Amino acid sequence: MEREVDARGLLCPEPVLLTKQALDALGAGTVKVLVSNAAARENVSRLAESRGWQVEVREQGEDFLLVLTKK
Amino acid sequence: MNGKRMLVVAAGGTLGLLAVVLVAMGNPANMGYCVACFLRDITGGLGLHRAAPVQYIRPEIIGLVLGAFISAQVTKEFRAVGGSSSFTRFVLGFLAMIGMLVFLGCPVRAVLRLAGGDLNAGVGLLGLAAGVAVGVQFLKSGFSLGRAVPQQKGNGYIFTGLMVVLLLLLLVRPSFIFFSEKGPGSMHAPVWAALGAGLVIGVLAQRSRLCMVGGIRDFIMFRDAHLLYGFVAIFVVALVGNLVVGTFKIGFAGQPVAHTDGLWNFLGMALAGWAAVLLGGCPLRQLVAAAEGNTDSALTVMGIIFGAAVSHNFGLAGSPTGVPAGGQIAVILGLIVVFIIACANRPAAVKRGVSIGKGS
Repeated sequence: MEREVDARGLLCPEPVLLTKQALDALGAGTVKVLVSNAAARENVSRLAESRGWQVEVREQGEDFLLVLTKK
Repeated sequence: MNGKRMLVVAAGGTLGLLAVVLVAMGNPANMGYCVACFLRDITGGLGLHRAAPVQYIRPEIIGLVLGAFISAQVTKEFRAVGGSSSFTRFVLGFLAMIGMLVFLGCPVRAVLRLAGGDLNAGVGLLGLAAGVAVGVQFLKSGFSLGRAVPQQKGNGYIFTGLMVVLLLLLLVRPSFIFFSEKGPGSMHAPVWAALGAGLVIGVLAQRSRLCMVGGIRDFIMFRDAHLLYGFVAIFVVALVGNLVVGTFKIGFAGQPVAHTDGLWNFLGMALAGWAAVLLGGCPLRQLVAAAEGNTDSALTVMGIIFGAAVSHNFGLAGSPTGVPAGGQIAVILGLIVVFIIACANRPAAVKRGVSIGKGS
């Protein structure tokens, strides 16, 4: 299962809230989150890690793609 | 404790310590650092309000923005963005300021006041938390001011450029700039100390994302206490500092630059908390985000300055003698307007424009 969240241009807590909804809906699998500022990158990572998801950060131009995975 | 946690504790602790030091060096009591009060003083210094006791170009604000700007440049986190309901943000900044000036302080000063023994600030902080809690319900039901989009880089530099102009006005002291001769505006630490403290706090706040409203919000929404550690660090360090220096005095009555009207302390900060949580952060965080190139946050700060001008030109602000009737009416009207803004920007309205979270 895979899901994508586009949280570019949104200020916290919205990226975290959207990610949380995706994580809760999926339970396990892969969630790709696109954010455009460093605060959102950190806050989304913190949420995912606290819920046992692995976080991989890739830079994508000016944005960050966070790949969250849980088996 | 991980690195990020250490950073937010270090940022809060440093702010708490420097606040006590700045008071010892001349700032008004329990006002070592206050974003709302200092923006109000700057507003007065520019002559945009004519309340004689609160006019000064506060270097703490200039330093904070310059520090955050330098930090964002070094870490390549500077992004010129904007366009997320900019004018609504201006209005929310304006309304938050009305509330903060009724209380007499921003969330940072509320913590510093409490650390000085001012129990009225405890009432204000309860109001702040209540306002944030109400705002969180709107966020949960889909409130959004929409996306910001990348802008030409030059847009992001204007706000920091403005701070350089303010610094020049402070140093040159041209005759059209107002400097209080008595009252809180006349009490200030030496320029270099205030500027240096601002720079240090600006760098740490940018690195740690320190945010008072965000701390309460994240705890309510996600049970995430990360930013609250910064909040607690400010309190603990400032409390110890006040006890050491001998400036701790517990009670409600006779507290410096404060009043004892609990209802309006509560409602003023509830208005500020509600507006700030819809904005995505407290005034401190807005200054940092503006330095990072966010023009919506820059406009929010302009709203705060407009709020200071209106508050003092129309006698809405609280004072040690209490809150005038005009200020009470303004807070009630402000709560109504924030309610309308909160309702109007929920999914039904957003669907027609940007589809949040489903790709752009």
